[in-house]
Amino acid sequence: MSMLELKNIHKKYGSNEILKGVTFSLEKGETKVIIGPSGTGKSTLLRCINQLHPPDKGEVWLDGEEITNKNININRIRQKIGFVFQDFNLFNHLTALQNVSIGLEKVKKMEKEEAKKRAMQELRRVGLENQAEQYPAELSGGQKQRVGIARALAMDPMIILFDEPTSALDPELIGEVLEVMQGLAGKVTMLCVTHEMGFARNVADEIIFMEEGYVLEAGPPMKMFKNPDHKRTGEFLGKIATLYGENKEE
Amino acid sequence: MGGLLNTILLTFFSLIIATVFGMLLAMGRVYGKAPLTTIIYVYEKIFRGVPLLVIFFLVYLGLGQIGINLLPFTAAIIGLALRSSAYQAQIFRSAINSIPEGQNIAARTLGMTKIQSIIHIMIPQVLRLSIPSWSNEFTIVLKDTSIALALGVPELLRVAGQIYAIPNYFDYILPILLVVAIIYFIIVILVNKILGYIEKKYKMAGFEVSVER
Repeated sequence: MSMLELKNIHKKYGSNEILKGVTFSLEKGETKVIIGPSGTGKSTLLRCINQLHPPDKGEVWLDGEEITNKNININRIRQKIGFVFQDFNLFNHLTALQNVSIGLEKVKKMEKEEAKKRAMQELRRVGLENQAEQYPAELSGGQKQRVGIARALAMDPMIILFDEPTSALDPELIGEVLEVMQGLAGKVTMLCVTHEMGFARNVADEIIFMEEGYVLEAGPPMKMFKNPDHKRTGEFLGKIATLYGENKEE
Repeated sequence: MGGLLNTILLTFFSLIIATVFGMLLAMGRVYGKAPLTTIIYVYEKIFRGVPLLVIFFLVYLGLGQIGINLLPFTAAIIGLALRSSAYQAQIFRSAINSIPEGQNIAARTLGMTKIQSIIHIMIPQVLRLSIPSWSNEFTIVLKDTSIALALGVPELLRVAGQIYAIPNYFDYILPILLVVAIIYFIIVILVNKILGYIEKKYKMAGFEVSVER
């Protein structure tokens, strides 16, 4: 049984059809990276998975449970789906530690002390134990995103969805975030929308190339980079790789 | 002294009611659906557009005529609260709108319900952001309690009036009124100081507005 399974996901905004039937699945512990040009519905797809924007058609299954079913309590499900945002979305009035512990306290109803302890563990995991008492505005972009990752991890999710987690960061801060994500690979099931080709190549078990609302092609990084089935996949990867200073022939 | 106490009680109760109600109105206006938002919009317009004295008379005399007899004191609290809630709804609404929507989304992805997100994420920030405007609203309500004298509420100004109406004190109108003015002034300064302190204490780091040159 897959950890996450998407079956024929369709999503429209008004008359604009963003997703035109997306199907794939993730096994426990797998890391998959979604790439593709802007506007192809990558972020929309992530929001369809955790039902922030429920799909119009199709099913999402999480660990054997159909979560597109309207009768389930979606708040219970969302605890199990971590989400890391492009622009962090930390709670500005809370310290780094409180940002991580608030979900444990208010959603998981953990004791305050226990939640703090757990939150501290997660901050340590992302290398921010010394920033625990700082507020989001006092942190660098990379630190903010690491808090965002710790916040997702603390909930003990079955899967974490990353929505371009490094796109809002200065180039020199991207590394620290990718390093944290790399450290999670294999331990946590991850689905990442990203343009970081280095990460996709070295960490992903599979690269999913999306274009115009479809999955055009998916496969292991080696194959996708070296001899993709579709010409378009090669073109796109080549373009991105050049842009991000990756040598395709390496 | 009894007058001062009544002034403080009027301010206190009307502000508490207006703050809670104003917050509900603001939430309703931002998160509510069609008929509710329109009703709140009209409510805000009406109570910001009608003079306080008219509101007082409507609540006290107007409701009295249709059989709802309120004590002048209660009528004054309701009147002040009705008007202040309309203003506070605006204060809170602008604060809500200044908080990035992403924080609400983040709260929901953690599994919080809409209500939990409002209580734990939105309101704490809304209150912090609203302190300066709220402190302004406080001074307005405090000073406007004096209009309750028109309903015969024995608040500070009316009690002062009763004192200088005594023939023996007739020559002291000016000093008595000056004392009244000073008392209002001192309360305003005091409370503004306290709120300023609270604002500093609970400020969100990095959200101070500052320009060094």
